Amino acid sequence: MRIDAALRKDLIRAVAETIIAHAGELTELDQAVGDGDHGLNMRRGFAAVLAEVDAIAAQPPPQALHSVGMTLVTKVGGASGPLFGTLFMRLGAALPEEPTRAEAIEALAAAIEAVKARGKSDVGAKTMLDVLAPVLAALRAGGDPRAAADAAAEATRPMRALRGRASFLGERSIGHVDPGARSAALIVGAVCGVLGHG
Amino acid sequence: MGNVGIVIVSHSPEVARGAADMARQMVGGDVPLAWCGGNAEGGLGTDAASILAAIDRAWSEAGVAVLVDLGGAVMNAEMAVELLPPDRRGRVVVCDAPVVEGAVVAAAEAAGGSPLATVRAAAEELSP
Repeated sequence: MRIDAALRKDLIRAVAETIIAHAGELTELDQAVGDGDHGLNMRRGFAAVLAEVDAIAAQPPPQALHSVGMTLVTKVGGASGPLFGTLFMRLGAALPEEPTRAEAIEALAAAIEAVKARGKSDVGAKTMLDVLAPVLAALRAGGDPRAAADAAAEATRPMRALRGRASFLGERSIGHVDPGARSAALIVGAVCGVLGHG
Repeated sequence: MGNVGIVIVSHSPEVARGAADMARQMVGGDVPLAWCGGNAEGGLGTDAASILAAIDRAWSEAGVAVLVDLGGAVMNAEMAVELLPPDRRGRVVVCDAPVVEGAVVAAAEAAGGSPLATVRAAAEELSP
């Protein structure tokens, strides 16, 4: 799979613009179960990514992903900065410059493990991991990652949060989609929209 | 080598500054002390870059103990430690301790010339 500079730019723009367009929705989700700053923080981070899109896209995929991750770490803040930053940085570290489909999937697996370590969390705690893990499973099984992401984000609604601010709400976290899970699904959807799969 | 430095990280700049004031009251100028908190828009939050800068301000060859409040602050502090130059990375610890009490206890311990591990242990004794 060759990911040239034009495609890298399309991917980065699609992800950043999607998150920015949904910032209001993400903040509303976070107001229900968290501290209400998720959309604002993510918008700040991805606006900074968008501002540097040409310089970032000029780099090979591993370095470009690292740059996106570092920008998120420094600009997003909160828990989302380190978590989404780690996702992109580790994905970059694990990805060869011209990955095969199998190598890309295994790079995502490594990135998900890094997010688990960063957040000291795992699947089932009502977090972004509850989207990323089903997406990985769908990719491995040849399924539709975007459909898996959307279904998985919605499936966080009846879950009880075990990590983050939402966990302080206990039972009251039930009934709301997790903002981080929704962000993860938006990112997956944007990537799939550019790559055109399936 | 000097005394261990203390960094205080809170989502609220007022909490961080207040905790720093309380620690300073105990130890005066004997301990390098820095704090950070809040986001770029003047709201509540923490970020790795600000923590990195605070570690730099409180730097001591004896190391730096970082006191943090909630979730995101812990992760951002851990991230900041990973972003340090390799020769500094092993000399900064993020304490599992309540931020206000931990800052005061850690600063008092640091002012006595204790090594980093002892400063950390003193703060972490406060956690159940």
